[in-house]
Amino acid sequence: MININVNGKAHQIDADPNMPLLWVIRDIIGLTGTKFGCGVAQCGACTVHLNGDAVRSCVTKVSRAEGQKVVTIEGLSQHNDHPAQLAWNKENVPQCGYCHSGQIMSAAVLLRENPHPNDTEIDSAMAGNICRCGTYQRIRKAIHLAAELQRKESTSK
Amino acid sequence: MSVQEKQNLSRRGFLKIAGISGTALCLGLYMSAEAEAKVVNPAQVPAEGDIELAVWIIINTDGKVTLICHRAEMGQGVYHSIAQIIAEELEVDLYGVDIQLTQGDEKKYGSQLTGGSSTIRGSYKNLLKLSATAREVLIMAATARWTVPVTECYAELGHVIHKPSGKKFHYGELVAEAAKLTAPKDVKLKARADYKLIGKPSQRRDSPLKTNGEAIFGIDKRIPGLQFAAVERNPRLRGKVKSFDASAALKVPGVTRVFKVVMGIWDTDREGVAVVANSTWAAMQGKKALKVDWDDNGFEHVSSPEIFKHQRELLQTSEGLSVKTQGDPNGIISSAKDKLDVFYETPYQSHSCMEPVNCIAHWQGDKVEIWGPVQAPNWIQDYISKKMGLAREKVIVNMTFLGGGFGRKAMPDYPHEACVISKEMGAPVQVVWSREDDATQGPYRPGISYRGEGVVENGTISAIKFRMAGQNNDHWRSGDSGRPNRSTTEGFLASYFASIKNISFADVPFKTPVPTSFWRSVYASTNGFAYESFMDELAHKAMKDPLDFRREYLKDERSQKLIDKMEEVSGWKSKTKNQGYGVAITECFSSTVGHIVKVSKKNAGGIHIDKVWVVVDCGWYVNPDIIKAQVEGSVVMALGAATIHEITFKDGRVEQSNFYDYKMPRINDIPPTEVYIMENDANAGGMGEPGLPAFAPALTNAIFDLTGKRIRKLPFSLNMV
Repeated sequence: MININVNGKAHQIDADPNMPLLWVIRDIIGLTGTKFGCGVAQCGACTVHLNGDAVRSCVTKVSRAEGQKVVTIEGLSQHNDHPAQLAWNKENVPQCGYCHSGQIMSAAVLLRENPHPNDTEIDSAMAGNICRCGTYQRIRKAIHLAAELQRKESTSK
Repeated sequence: MSVQEKQNLSRRGFLKIAGISGTALCLGLYMSAEAEAKVVNPAQVPAEGDIELAVWIIINTDGKVTLICHRAEMGQGVYHSIAQIIAEELEVDLYGVDIQLTQGDEKKYGSQLTGGSSTIRGSYKNLLKLSATAREVLIMAATARWTVPVTECYAELGHVIHKPSGKKFHYGELVAEAAKLTAPKDVKLKARADYKLIGKPSQRRDSPLKTNGEAIFGIDKRIPGLQFAAVERNPRLRGKVKSFDASAALKVPGVTRVFKVVMGIWDTDREGVAVVANSTWAAMQGKKALKVDWDDNGFEHVSSPEIFKHQRELLQTSEGLSVKTQGDPNGIISSAKDKLDVFYETPYQSHSCMEPVNCIAHWQGDKVEIWGPVQAPNWIQDYISKKMGLAREKVIVNMTFLGGGFGRKAMPDYPHEACVISKEMGAPVQVVWSREDDATQGPYRPGISYRGEGVVENGTISAIKFRMAGQNNDHWRSGDSGRPNRSTTEGFLASYFASIKNISFADVPFKTPVPTSFWRSVYASTNGFAYESFMDELAHKAMKDPLDFRREYLKDERSQKLIDKMEEVSGWKSKTKNQGYGVAITECFSSTVGHIVKVSKKNAGGIHIDKVWVVVDCGWYVNPDIIKAQVEGSVVMALGAATIHEITFKDGRVEQSNFYDYKMPRINDIPPTEVYIMENDANAGGMGEPGLPAFAPALTNAIFDLTGKRIRKLPFSLNMV
């Protein structure tokens, strides 16, 4: 049995320790917001937070998450209101939407680490996430907006 | 595709009201070819022939409104824009209604093939009429209850309001009454100026579902007892399983069974070995442990250099099958002293949807139920029915959100494979393709070669002759008819034919065993590169400004206005020395789109794309923000296909396998793009695809402007120019 905490909830997982976290999250725990895109850490669709770091869950063995805290897109906020989620909706970023769980999870870490990212910093933080619909221009715009929302949020607290 | 679209458009839509159990009002469009405009309550009259009532609007007695999205939502925004159309005329809160994806049912909805950018342009008139009729019926019901004149009442946000008294009913309170009424025949539609929703940007209804993990894509669908399968298919695209060793695969924990499967891809069968397990990962591990001996005896082992060499030879030796000829281009070209005679080459491409191909099938003996990311539920019903001997209505296809489609998910091959595996297992099974399966198995956009010949005299075009040699997608679908590719002129603006007197198009038949299919904007995506590059070459030959050259030959009013707008927004005439400007204009699925690309030289060498301006003329439209998003995305997809990736073959195998060797444009690769929409009341054109074809030729034309180097083969590296 492997103990992991996903979105604040403790899970005991009966699985091969080599099974990637992605498939544990999707097929065993049943949270399907985290997506399978490439299986080799090339596209970022499977991005989750492991103790606050953005990781590619398709190449992260579940054993590495033993006793750790995992956050998936479903756990990023209570009401779809993380600044990145708000900004994504405001800018109508998603098209097919399949990659955006991963995009938002990557953006959330960027926004925490760098509250004022410029275009170059956004590009370098987000270059690991592919969007086949080509929403990149809006992703950039949404991250700027999210940074602004985040700053307002922190001043109002 | 176009035949079915035409059938739909030619159908006369009549409206009927169906009262369902007295608890809900359903309003539908009666899709009938019958000319008789008889409007009745179908509860009393059975559906005529094989046409049923299509229900798009359901209003419950508690006032809850449900709207149906009958097409595939794969990013292009129909989930929102169909609702936006209905909410406008129905007078309901766009954000207060439920929107439901539906099942495949051609008798109800007409063709649901979500391709050819056909949803809005094919349905908007009927949807407007249907929704306005529903609103009027509800107003009639209210006036009957109040015994007041219709002129004193209006509808707003799901209520009918009596203006003088301020009394109101919510729609649900009127359902029982409305269900008994006869729908009025000719309802007045709103003037465009009175629209509250249509023509304006709005937050997509599917957006919130896609930012918190709630949206259910095919791969996310779960049903009780679901098992998971991965399939090892012949890497040479054809051929049979000679033998396989399942012993290692069966040792993988979670793997339950391993067996041979035959999957149909249109008229061809493809063999593979399926591994079924209790999780996707276990199935994939089992697949890796398989040892399969393939028998591909007798099949051609294609290679990319041979494909393109053969195409070039055909273009040099064969006139091909004529598609369109006017005047005498052959005579002029053969007697000309000075002619332009050039070849263009466009590569095979993979769709590479972010959601890998997948499908659930639950075989239940006398029927099969399917859930998946599918663009063409009716084609799946046809195909499974034919391949597996079930009645068409016993093939139930449930549509989910699609993580990209681009034409790939219009194929019924993967649903068929899921049905075959489920039947063998006697249980519901989800088959998930790996990224490698997706990259190596196709089908692909066909690689095509073109030859352009042209004569320019005294600064004007005397003659043009185009020939193409590439695989014909229709032949995969319905066998080789011997007819030329019906999309040979796709992408080329129809109004060129009015001003270029001597011009011909021909298709030189070319075949390989490579499976091919529609890829976003289909043949316009490759034709557009050849034809609009050639127009640029002719412009330079004529010593004319390329934008003015198009102005000279595209004389219709809409093209003239489009070109004016392109010039205005891009500052075309104010370009300076170290900038290259390129233009291309293409027509695709009834919309015309012009791109202007501005490039400069990078200090480190190579080309930098400074800016892209796109002007769209799609006639009447629903949502300008979705249009802009489609074009922005098309630029990125076109950039990838023009400068980053291609599918190549060696010894019958695809050489690429995943995003490390079939690379995608990333956020740091993309040019800033501005999109403008022309305002007019022409019939709506498509928008999911037409933004794509003109980008590549505008880019290479810009590079020629800057460097004098003509690029005639895609893809090319921006760093190597």
